[in-house]
Amino acid sequence: MHFFAEEVIVLLIDDRKVYGCLRSLDHHGNIVLEGARERIIVGDLYCDVPLGLFVIRGESSILIGQLRFGMEDLPEDMMCVSEEEIKKAQKVEKEAKDLKSFMMKRMGFLDFLD
Amino acid sequence: MLFFSYFKDLVGREVTVELKNDLAIRGTLHSVDQYLNIKLENTRVVDQDKYPHMLSVRNCFIRGSVVRYVQLPPEGVDIEILHDATRREARGG
Repeated sequence: MHFFAEEVIVLLIDDRKVYGCLRSLDHHGNIVLEGARERIIVGDLYCDVPLGLFVIRGESSILIGQLRFGMEDLPEDMMCVSEEEIKKAQKVEKEAKDLKSFMMKRMGFLDFLD
Repeated sequence: MLFFSYFKDLVGREVTVELKNDLAIRGTLHSVDQYLNIKLENTRVVDQDKYPHMLSVRNCFIRGSVVRYVQLPPEGVDIEILHDATRREARGG
């Protein structure tokens, strides 16, 4: 089982997902992806951002997954949007998360917040 | 080296690998190396709804350093052998 010259997904430690064709791999786990693209997923929305040839340092990768039949399928109800829209959705999600953690910090003793 | 050989004996069994980012993946153990990097076959993610991008992943390579737990099948654990091996290792033999 080896994934060379196949479409793979690489999960990174900062929770990013990069798709691409696996070209090279060494014993540190450094990875070279050809035609790489990052898939940003926010809720039901997603967007692929092209990255070109991508070298990933071994320590920042978590997992290399071989895609079934080279497919990149997602659940059918997910919608592909433009880069601008996904950035906006990301921002909204981050703000909501920040607000929640702020509330938790201040009023964590109120257990209904959870 | 003890756990390397231990995991080598588990090749072919069904295990659940829990990662430090809380992703849990179940699959057949295909191989393991000296860093305890793990290759799984026929994988499925335990909490599929939370990780839609993992839907089409069937085989995967997991970096050893990000593994938090490996859940083993009960019949894959022989306590006696493991005890003996641990003692031998501690004695330095």
